[in-house]
Amino acid sequence: MKVTQQASDGILTLILDGELDASSSVLLDTELTKPEILNNQKVLIDCQRLNYISSAGLGVFISHLQRFQDAGVKLVFFNMQDKVHNVFEILGLDALMTIVPSAAEATAI
Amino acid sequence: MRNAIRISCNRHNLKVVRDFVTAFLATYHLSDVLLNQLLVAVDEVVANLIIHANGEDDSQFLNLKLSVEDQTFTIEIEDGSSSSYQPSSYREPDLHEFIRLGKKGGVGMALVNRIMDRVEFATANNHNVCRLYKRLT
Repeated sequence: MKVTQQASDGILTLILDGELDASSSVLLDTELTKPEILNNQKVLIDCQRLNYISSAGLGVFISHLQRFQDAGVKLVFFNMQDKVHNVFEILGLDALMTIVPSAAEATAI
Repeated sequence: MRNAIRISCNRHNLKVVRDFVTAFLATYHLSDVLLNQLLVAVDEVVANLIIHANGEDDSQFLNLKLSVEDQTFTIEIEDGSSSSYQPSSYREPDLHEFIRLGKKGGVGMALVNRIMDRVEFATANNHNVCRLYKRLT
């Protein structure tokens, strides 16, 4: 798993590349735990090259969602592959998290 | 096609297991979504056994065996740890509560139970065996 960051005008985009499982999700958790991430208005998660997610990866997002909401930071997923979106759907997380098709829609939210 | 693998209880082997299952199922031409669901279910059980049942002890091993018979995919995961998962302890996760509390874990078995057609846990001869079944058509 590789996490690349792009920041501009209060929007932080995290580009995920690889597979998020119980081994690799620690890296993402470390990024989302940093206090300064809450200085952004939005954190966008680019999932185009996210090829796999297990409960450990989902758990990282679940565990930070309230903290982001409390700080007024929007967490938005975009470019998600169908097979990854399906894992969110199985748990009903697609209804609790903001997932949009494209970068343009993520930025517009 | 290789249908069995033995792995040490190290979470880096989760990827090894997913690659093994993917290679075994390659000839069945499953959709991306179905193949991924099977990988998730296997990954969740193996991760629980590595991390919780065996405490990531590299000297402990899991034996995995795959088969497809009558269009039903079966995986058998054998574990020699002294602790065994009790399916009766399973509770459906309350996601709103998990989000409120910032919980990291607790949704893995929900994925397994919702993806697979049948999930069995048994203990025999000092071994725990988990069997997962999924009809492929």
